[in-house]
Amino acid sequence: MVPVIYVPRDSGALSLGAESVARAIAAEAAARGVQVRVVRNGSRGLYWLEPMVEVDTPSGRVAYGPVSASDVPGLFDARFLEGGSHQLAMGATDSIPWLASQQRLTFARVGVIDPTDIANYADHGGFRGLRQALSMAPADIVKAVTDSGLRGRGGAAFPTGIKWQTVLDQASDRKYITCNADEGDSGTFSDRMLLEGDSFSLIEGMTIAGLAVGATQGYIYLRIEYPHAQRVLGEAIATAQRQGFLGANLLGSGRRFDIEVRMGAGAYICGEETSMLESLEGRRGEVRVRPPLPAIKGLFGNPTVVNNVVSLATVPLILDKGPAFYRDFGVGKSRGTLPIQLAGNLRRGGLVERAFGLTLRELLYEYGGGSASGRPLRAVQVGGPLGAYIPASQFDVVVDYEALSAIGALLGHGGIVAFDDTVDMARMARYAMHFCAVESCGKCTPCRIGSTRGVEVLDRIMGGVEPERNLRLLEDLCETMLHGSLCGLGGMTPFPVQSALKHFPEDFGPRGRN
Amino acid sequence: METLDSTTLQRISAIVASHGAKPGPLLLVLHDVQNALGYIPPPAIPHIASALNLTRAEVHGVVSFYHHFRSEPPGRHSVRICRAESCQAMNGEVLAAHARQRLGVDFHHTTPDGQFTLESVYCLGNCACSPAVMIDDELHGRVTPERLDALLAERSGQ
Repeated sequence: MVPVIYVPRDSGALSLGAESVARAIAAEAAARGVQVRVVRNGSRGLYWLEPMVEVDTPSGRVAYGPVSASDVPGLFDARFLEGGSHQLAMGATDSIPWLASQQRLTFARVGVIDPTDIANYADHGGFRGLRQALSMAPADIVKAVTDSGLRGRGGAAFPTGIKWQTVLDQASDRKYITCNADEGDSGTFSDRMLLEGDSFSLIEGMTIAGLAVGATQGYIYLRIEYPHAQRVLGEAIATAQRQGFLGANLLGSGRRFDIEVRMGAGAYICGEETSMLESLEGRRGEVRVRPPLPAIKGLFGNPTVVNNVVSLATVPLILDKGPAFYRDFGVGKSRGTLPIQLAGNLRRGGLVERAFGLTLRELLYEYGGGSASGRPLRAVQVGGPLGAYIPASQFDVVVDYEALSAIGALLGHGGIVAFDDTVDMARMARYAMHFCAVESCGKCTPCRIGSTRGVEVLDRIMGGVEPERNLRLLEDLCETMLHGSLCGLGGMTPFPVQSALKHFPEDFGPRGRN
Repeated sequence: METLDSTTLQRISAIVASHGAKPGPLLLVLHDVQNALGYIPPPAIPHIASALNLTRAEVHGVVSFYHHFRSEPPGRHSVRICRAESCQAMNGEVLAAHARQRLGVDFHHTTPDGQFTLESVYCLGNCACSPAVMIDDELHGRVTPERLDALLAERSGQ
């Protein structure tokens, strides 16, 4: 039996040297006259262990990490091909507590399979959902998704089944499925991991969506900042087309669906659904007024499903295992699982997929291991750049849509960015305004101009210029942006700013700044 | 304004033709032009507009809207430093300041020797390994100022 070694080609793992590890393993094996098969998988999302190398043994996969190229000879000496003990040995991968306690539904295959190997995908349950969907009436496919309780995982959390039902109900000879892969929020990387670790699940999910609503063409709008994802996704789509999982005759059914990838060009606003549609149409990413909803009048004026990567990649398992399976994870109105991304100043950052119910404290400390710096955690931003900053006094909040909303915060795409006590919250408030100014599509005056003024007002506050007057002005400006903006960029920029003012007022006083 | 030579014009025409009858192909064309030429030369805009039956204003509007599209030739290597929240939480701004000082240019500028173009980017999706830098297409995580110096030095002669 030729030993199988897994070295991730996930870009996060690559960013920490996984490519040189893969080369070193191949070279060392050749030098020792040992035949090995190196599989390039996605990442398991335990980024403090990346590059994390796994080996197939008779008792399952065992992990070693973090591995650097210079560790490789020693690993061979320690007989890692047989799971031998070594300083970097983590034991059986599935038994690593960080991973064992998770509920990997959407991410079941990420880090397990080679994302470009379609047979590998099929061996792990791939395309069972599609086969099921091919045997169902469109309305029944939609009902399955509705009954699962799946809510959009991009950030808006709109019930996916209701969106699909609206598109199904439109009488049109042309409809589209679009996947929003413009994952621009800082602190988020679940879409990237999925695209780089299990592309076929997205392809399958989009195809099922097409069958459900009557669309034969799908588009994936992918960030230009994700070149590795672009490569893996491109390979997967080409393979799916060659093998009849995409194209004019899906699995010999006579039904058709195909996917085209279109790259974004560095505009955060194109993560907003109507801005994304404008960009797909070859235009400036300006936000559209709604109504009409994209489900009724979307891409090129046609009924269009716009869904996030994680939402679509979750669809196959709902069709395969039935809606109750997914729905029975979770609590209240937050059903199923959410892939949470732990980021920023944490010792153990990465991907945690669990049913809803964990608290922020559990995520930051039990999973995250507390700060990477060793200093106390002071503020946490959940939900991306438009999310509120949460102080330590609120770390016991449950991380679900409703509980976070109740404390004036938001879950969004599930990114959690932790800051230690060296953070200057006035600077972070200023950054929120600055980011809005840089990324504004320009349509609405409160967003386009208000954000620039916000930077100026904050500079005056931080410089000690008429602080009380300028703080009142900042509050007034925030209210204007909140109520006068067409979309969430201008409309929600006040959230991080106001939360910083509310929870960390001491940072806004005049003090010595470098 | 520079004029385009006939080879470049032919390349642009070929790029437009390669997309056939795809609907709304402007961003596809602009990406291909930038990938081929390194940037989108302003004189290319009327040709692209004409080929796609758009106005020059529309094409200019799209090029100028998106941060990724360049109207000037880039340096031999692009150095993109993430300035977003997660990287800030891990001293990303110290790294950014170091990059400016080390390269001697501000963001969105190219070093006088034409070697490096320094850019801000807002999120590379590597947030569990902050701070992140992308040099050309290569992503780097947990980058310290020393590591950045080493990465730049490796590419200084190329």
